[in-house]
Amino acid sequence: MNTKALRKNWLYVPLIALTIFYLLPMYVMLVTGFKSFAEIDLKTMWNLPHGISFENYIEAFAQLAPSLRNSFMMVIPAALISSMLGSLNGFILAKWKFRGADFIFPFILFGMFIPYQSIIIPLVQFMNTAGITGLPGLAMAHIIYGIPITTLTFRNYYASLPQELLEAAKIDGADMLGIYRHILLPISVPSFVVVLIWQFTSAWNDFLFAVILTGNTEWPITVALNNMAGSQIISWNVQMAGSLLAALPTLLVYIFLGRYFLRGLLAGSLKG
Amino acid sequence: MFKNKDKYLSVILISPSVIAILIFVYGFIGWSMRVSLSNWKGINPDYSWAGLKNYIALFSDPRFHIDIRNTFIFTGVFVIGSILLGFFMAVMLDQGLRGEGFFRSIFLFPMAISYIVTGVVWRWLMNPAEGVRMSGLNLLFSSLHLDFLVNKWYTTPTWGIAAIAMTAIWQMSGYIMALYLAGLRSIPNELREAARIDGASELKIYRHIILPLLTPITLSALIILGHTSLKVFDLIIAVSGKQLPLDVPAIYMWQTTFDGLFYGRGAAISIILLLSVAVLIIPYIRYTLKTGVEQ
Amino acid sequence: MSKKIWYSLFAVLALTALVLTACGGAAPAEPAAEAPAAPVEEAAPADTQVEVFSWWTGGGEAAGLEAMIGIFDAEYPDIEFVNAAVAGGAGTNARAVLATRLQAGDPPDSWQGHAGQELIGTYVEGGQIQALNDLYEAEGWLDVMPETLIPLISNEGNIYSVPVNIHRANVMWYNPTVLEENGVEVPTTMDEWFAAMDTLQAAGVTPLALGEQWTQLHLFETVLLGSLGSEAYDGLWDGSTDWTSAEVTAALDNFAKVLTYTNSDSASLSWQDASQLVINGDAAFNVMGDWAEGYFRELGKTPETDYGWAPVPGSVGVFQFLSDSFTLAVGAPHPEGAEAWLKIAGSKAGQEAFNPIKGSICARTDCDPELFGVYLQSAMADWGSNTVSGSLTHGVVANDSWKSEIDTALGLFLIDQDVEGFQTALVAACVSSGPCQ
Repeated sequence: MNTKALRKNWLYVPLIALTIFYLLPMYVMLVTGFKSFAEIDLKTMWNLPHGISFENYIEAFAQLAPSLRNSFMMVIPAALISSMLGSLNGFILAKWKFRGADFIFPFILFGMFIPYQSIIIPLVQFMNTAGITGLPGLAMAHIIYGIPITTLTFRNYYASLPQELLEAAKIDGADMLGIYRHILLPISVPSFVVVLIWQFTSAWNDFLFAVILTGNTEWPITVALNNMAGSQIISWNVQMAGSLLAALPTLLVYIFLGRYFLRGLLAGSLKG
Repeated sequence: MFKNKDKYLSVILISPSVIAILIFVYGFIGWSMRVSLSNWKGINPDYSWAGLKNYIALFSDPRFHIDIRNTFIFTGVFVIGSILLGFFMAVMLDQGLRGEGFFRSIFLFPMAISYIVTGVVWRWLMNPAEGVRMSGLNLLFSSLHLDFLVNKWYTTPTWGIAAIAMTAIWQMSGYIMALYLAGLRSIPNELREAARIDGASELKIYRHIILPLLTPITLSALIILGHTSLKVFDLIIAVSGKQLPLDVPAIYMWQTTFDGLFYGRGAAISIILLLSVAVLIIPYIRYTLKTGVEQ
Repeated sequence: MSKKIWYSLFAVLALTALVLTACGGAAPAEPAAEAPAAPVEEAAPADTQVEVFSWWTGGGEAAGLEAMIGIFDAEYPDIEFVNAAVAGGAGTNARAVLATRLQAGDPPDSWQGHAGQELIGTYVEGGQIQALNDLYEAEGWLDVMPETLIPLISNEGNIYSVPVNIHRANVMWYNPTVLEENGVEVPTTMDEWFAAMDTLQAAGVTPLALGEQWTQLHLFETVLLGSLGSEAYDGLWDGSTDWTSAEVTAALDNFAKVLTYTNSDSASLSWQDASQLVINGDAAFNVMGDWAEGYFRELGKTPETDYGWAPVPGSVGVFQFLSDSFTLAVGAPHPEGAEAWLKIAGSKAGQEAFNPIKGSICARTDCDPELFGVYLQSAMADWGSNTVSGSLTHGVVANDSWKSEIDTALGLFLIDQDVEGFQTALVAACVSSGPCQ
């Protein structure tokens, strides 16, 4: 037992090396965020800042704060609604096969792979024609382009559940929605966590759709972050501070939902 | 097997998604395809028929050749690197060490940050300057007397794109680690114990028992990484600006469409991109369809 | 526990759905279905508003714009100024947004563009902007802007934009200490420049600091100008100079030679990093537009001691300019508001408010020099007296398609260093997107 423990302790060497690899860029972001503009120089990027001042963070926060609300208004419904739709689709495609279901699934899945740059023009035209502009339009785009991956995750999870689970309920006279609500939904939490994290992260960090689909009073945080730069002189100190602030909500989601994340992957991924 | 009412209900419930995908994916692909067959150049739409002109031009376009080469290198390094790194991290964390949660969070952490910013940090870290101006990782290596590691990073001819793939590995391998870790945890311990009793070495257990059981996860990982790598765009621009040695189709498409106003050519690039993705995922879709309902 | 999560999830879902429907009216619980068209937001009554689109979102540009908006507000208190600025990629993102808006038939009243062919080749060609000759006459702008500027921002006798500021592209920045230590004079011709850089290289100094690809295009255009002279350079863009000619070959050879004096890590440096090499004394020269001066001052450096400047060798007496200018959209929702904005943008007060903060000079020649620092004063003097040529990288001389073809040709040249192939590609670019037939 002892030798085994000793052998395992060796694992800390590669793990700590990897930790350093993962944290190096973080270190640079952090120290740069505390530096003054004149201190920024490639040669001295490893150096600690001359003093700890939160000026950059305050300045960045002042510029980002108004768009923080926009981001939440857009990301929360986008993540929740596309997860709900994905769960419903996954349920139907995995357990409630109707004729054509085998065709519908790849039909939806293929949407995951569309390069977004190539569809922004028809997207904007469609949204304008339909009159869905601003944040609701942006949320809608994230919902729709999120459907393939959410459907995939839930379908694979539900497909892994034993059919008997449903049969029993059917014998008891439950209808489709009843089965979904009372049997599947309660055991779907882990999958929801996975999908929500994924959707939250990608919608939160998205820049392309955001800049094209929203106007200046509705910009989410990525656009605001990008706007801090301007077109010529870029203050990397404020930029780095801002990007750490902008990453905080996603980090919080990771920390709070992280425990469920693994469980969710466990439940949803093995089948495919 | 089930009531008719439910059958209709299921069709009704799924149709909003299907309609949305029909419009937002297939409708728009159709539009792109139509544009790719047109002469559209300039700010105003021009749908005049050009046949396959844009496609033919691309295949003799030296820039597009660079793009294809870079896509292969990037995808290869990124996908294989993320899977290997993710897998080994998962195996290490699966040993029940103390501090597992800590390491897990660290490895997942980069996923939370936008490419636009991490790209810039990596640009600094991978600065290839020599001599007194040496900085970033090279400076770090050199001061640790690891001079053999000093290199030109993404300014290396031909293979520079691999350095950018490394930054993408940094960003995504945590997710792959989590996938594998979940997979490893779901393998019943009895399986390993039984093999150990039979006298199999740890290595053999991994090769003959665990790896085969993890195949579905590897497939998922391949798909997620593969589609990320074909779309990669903002990361490369953030690291290296727009320069040809590190060009990929997504950048070419964006630049030629919005900087150069060659809408027809841009659309042709996106269609080629899409077709290559289709080739990649059709086997996956077939595999996924086989597993599932029948069981 | 999991039940609790469910309740909170649904609570949030319900709440947000409510909020969404309330604020946009567009998202029912399942917006994946064809959502009913949202009522378009009540637009303010015509002409009490003007929406101005630009890429001035950060730093001195944004502050300068704010100052100009202040003047606008004082002059036209009844017109609301809607600042629609989008940042990123020296206007690339902004232009993608603008292009999609124009294609969707939703133009802003006025937008920013680089004066010259970038606007003409794209928006005049596309019938998206209006000629402003009447405005120029009414406001007397023809008398206060350099004569040689007007043809560069006109098309068939019509002027399409109001230039707010002027930047100079052909500036060579240098580190006076480094030059002095190596006994090098500031070069004024290509040959002197090569000789100076030979000396510096022999002394172990990086002669010329260079950054990523667009800064190399910038260097390329200044070397073209320096090698060909302004007349032949201008001729490249209107078809009167032959791209296949021996003088172009010589200019390309010069460019290839200039590249041999640059730092090996150019591909990894932003323009700021490259300029900083000169400030730090790691390199002697750097060719960059005069926004670099604003950067130097922000670093707390003193002009003439920490950094010096001169026209790029061979281009003495030529002012290679670029300019941010504003347009009037065809079908502008608020044409009167747009005209009011353009009047401010072209006015002495507007330009004097904007430029000192932005770190550029006025397009007008009658601004008060006292408002500007020593570098900008020298630029103002040159602007009033030099021959004016236009920049390629920054949209004056070539339309977008042509510029992007040249950029690709340059990128390929940087990989293979083949001058002959480069020239062939440049000729092909002129044929496909320029005036060469």
